[in-house]
Amino acid sequence: MNLVLVEHVDGAATDVSLQALALAAGLGGETHALVIGPGGAAASVNIPAAVVHVAEHDALDAFAPDAWASILGGLAEQIGATAIVAPGSGHATDAMARAAVRLGEPLAANCISVTPGDPLLVTRVRWGGSLLEEARLHTGRALITVAPHAVVAAPAGSPGSVETFTPEIADADLVVRVRDRVAPPAGGVSLADAKVVVTGGRGVGSPEGFVVVEELAALLGGAVGCSRAVTMSGWRPHTDQVGQTGNKIAPEIYIACGVSGATQHIAGAKGAKKILAVNTDSEAPIMSIADYAVVGDLHEVLPAISAELRRRRA
Amino acid sequence: MKTLVCVKRVPMTGGRIVLTEDEQAIETKHLGFAISPHEECGVEEAVRLWEHHGGDTVVLTLGPADAEEQLRDSMAIGIARGIHLVTDGEEWDPEATAGAIVDVIRADEAASGLFDLIFFGNESADSGGFQIGLRVAHALDRPCATGLKGVAVDGDLVRCEQEEGGGRDVYELPLPAVVTVLEGLNLPRYPSVPGRMRAGRKPLEALTPVRPASRLERARLVVPEGESKQAEVLGRGPDAAAAVVDLLEQIGVAS
Ligand SMILES: Cc1cc2nc3c(=O)[nH]c(=O)nc-3n(C[C@H](O)[C@H](O)[C@H](O)COP(=O)(O)OP(=O)(O)OC[C@H]3O[C@@H](n4cnc5c(N)ncnc54)[C@H](O)[C@@H]3O)c2cc1C
Repeated sequence: MNLVLVEHVDGAATDVSLQALALAAGLGGETHALVIGPGGAAASVNIPAAVVHVAEHDALDAFAPDAWASILGGLAEQIGATAIVAPGSGHATDAMARAAVRLGEPLAANCISVTPGDPLLVTRVRWGGSLLEEARLHTGRALITVAPHAVVAAPAGSPGSVETFTPEIADADLVVRVRDRVAPPAGGVSLADAKVVVTGGRGVGSPEGFVVVEELAALLGGAVGCSRAVTMSGWRPHTDQVGQTGNKIAPEIYIACGVSGATQHIAGAKGAKKILAVNTDSEAPIMSIADYAVVGDLHEVLPAISAELRRRRA
Repeated sequence: MKTLVCVKRVPMTGGRIVLTEDEQAIETKHLGFAISPHEECGVEEAVRLWEHHGGDTVVLTLGPADAEEQLRDSMAIGIARGIHLVTDGEEWDPEATAGAIVDVIRADEAASGLFDLIFFGNESADSGGFQIGLRVAHALDRPCATGLKGVAVDGDLVRCEQEEGGGRDVYELPLPAVVTVLEGLNLPRYPSVPGRMRAGRKPLEALTPVRPASRLERARLVVPEGESKQAEVLGRGPDAAAAVVDLLEQIGVAS
């Protein structure tokens, strides 16, 4: 039997949780789901699982990863789960790693496929998606997180039954818990949500050089991104960085200017529908990743694009 | 204050990942190496804490003999001493890595007192296991917060900020504690030439632990099939502007 940790927002299971349910289905056997905290009961009615367990407790109003791990591990032991699956989001991954160490089990993070058997075979992502690893999990109770947006989500459905319970939570499991929240910065288009992202790389040459990047992004109602070469030079804040260790973006078009196209940079732009590269070097790696290219100096090309946009709008 | 930073040596893969013939590793013959970016920020943070509070700072890695380069790089920006768990180059799985780190932390703490704060990267850039810090924290029975972009020590507490849903969640852990951090925590400094000279003379303890059998056993690595494409060149220089705007209009983002 499989147990899936399902996260929920505003009373509905998250997409990545439905993806985790889909991967768990591939393991065979019955699937149970666990939802934790306020809103869990509302979310439970649309979760396609044989049984949805709803953990309710006053102490669960704020995220407390050790408490989550104890509830998850405890339920897995109680129902005799042979696999525990969760989405590879920040909170769920954190809780899964804690559950793994409590249960004395290995954890395979960010899997994109599983093949049941002994050992269980998994394919997991490395390097933020630039490399895959096929691995064997030697255990009777496999803990697996699912790489976000790599698996088709389970179709919506309703649970066989819903069982609400009040877990016991030790004080020690509430030491690490969210005490406060800092709201997101107001205004502007976030990189994650932008329909157009215009990124400048080392080829921009200086912090001041970004004026032409900002101008085009503003005209298109898009967001400005940058490469790690730029953040490490202190030209832009890390919040602008696109890549494996920066933001993951999914715009309609990604305009990458003065960016060579390193694997770790592209790892953040895999969700882009189209890529347009502006680069002086027609042999740069990005030329075999992008859909379209302009070969030229971004300091001449970008102002010309902005001028053409203004001309057509006038 | 006594702090520890655990770092991993990773190859700088550049434009294309090429595997060794046996598909067990990345071909690194022509590549440079670096500290995995999240841990690099951990090193910088530990140095800043030392600049504020003084005390002892230690950098630790489990990796091949050549990983001494990453320990010296850390010592070049201010870390006082290094511990090297030397491997034969074979990758260790997360449980084994955490186990070896716990053993050496216990030995160091028995000799010279508890680490107030232990830094890990949230995940290594290459294998991305997302668990070493939590495994070590559990074995040492210390609180741990993960994925942090803000770490501030205030008396006996460490205030931790984690990006979540656009904003930030705030945790407060009593020291001693373990934190796992992300790039963006700070802007790491570059080592100076005198810093590098000093680093060469700083103490470095080398141990050779034995690798246990792996329960998460790598079978092989696979480079995902990207479409190999050639970008359609819309033009050269500023003359390409009209073709670009045509494209933007066609995609529906021009207005
Ligand atoms: C573990 C790890 C994680 C990493 N994570 C990230 C990450 O999250 N994000 C990231 O971006 N990088 C990341 N990197 C770094 C990455 O490997 C590259 O070093 C980096 O992306 C290079 O940045 P760049 O393309 O701006 O610079 P370069 O590689 O130096 O490329 C500059 C490009 O600009 C072109 N150019 C120069 N002048 C002009 C001009 N006037 N007009 C037009 N084009 C011009 C050049 O032809 C060249 O192609 C990571 C690296 C490692 C090892």
